[in-house]
Amino acid sequence: MDARTLDLTFAALADPTRRAILARLIEGEASVAELAEPFAMSQPAVSKHLKVLEKAGLISRGRDAQKRPCRIEGAALAEATGWLERYRRVWDANFNRLDDLLAELQAPPTAGDSRN
Amino acid sequence: MPPPAPLTISADGDTSVVIRRSFRAPPELVYDCWTVPALLRRWLLGPPGWSMPVCTVDARIGGTYRYEWTRDGGEKTMGLTGTFVALDRPSLLVSTELFDEDWTGGPAEVTIRLSRVSDGTDMVQTVRYSSREAREGALVSGMDAGLEAGFQRLDAIAAEHDA
Repeated sequence: MDARTLDLTFAALADPTRRAILARLIEGEASVAELAEPFAMSQPAVSKHLKVLEKAGLISRGRDAQKRPCRIEGAALAEATGWLERYRRVWDANFNRLDDLLAELQAPPTAGDSRN
Repeated sequence: MPPPAPLTISADGDTSVVIRRSFRAPPELVYDCWTVPALLRRWLLGPPGWSMPVCTVDARIGGTYRYEWTRDGGEKTMGLTGTFVALDRPSLLVSTELFDEDWTGGPAEVTIRLSRVSDGTDMVQTVRYSSREAREGALVSGMDAGLEAGFQRLDAIAAEHDA
């Protein structure tokens, strides 16, 4: 992750309201009104938070001019919090084992293996 | 000898995750490692500590495969069932699969393409989830519990970053 994205991500995640918004969006997309409800916060106030999250690439907004539902960008959030790294580590371990197995399958027979 | 091209994982479009890796072996051998149970259970094991006591594969179109992994002496288990939609040794495997636990709200379609290259095989594995939410769930699964831990880790990195 480049330095600028990292800075934007830290700023986005530093706020507990924004973290709560992200936790809600993990469960599914939501409108601004739905997101504002649990905080007894005005929609403009929520929109300010959403702008910060959107700038950091952690959420995206739908195009429907009326609704613009918010959705989480799971890959970006997972990468930021290290979860994509964990997902990747599982596959990394699998493929490292596969490398070893493939090498073993291609190794020439050692003396003493052949039977006549 | 230089290592094979490294693993890359990326989100693709709204519903897919693409995994790329290359291997120092011909496509036939890599294909067999994906379809022969005795070979599969040597490597498709996930995080450390898991073994694969059940691995059956019927490698035909319409055939099914069944994997069961276990950890902690059988205390924890995970199961997966898949059905082959297309097979073309050595270059293509397409299946739909679903974990018993159904973490991803529906089956995923997995396409594995193997291409022969000068020093072995290039693999592109595409996992297409049933919906955007399913993919996001798969990428961040378990994150609710780990979200705070993840944020604390970020705080720690930020502190070093500012220092």
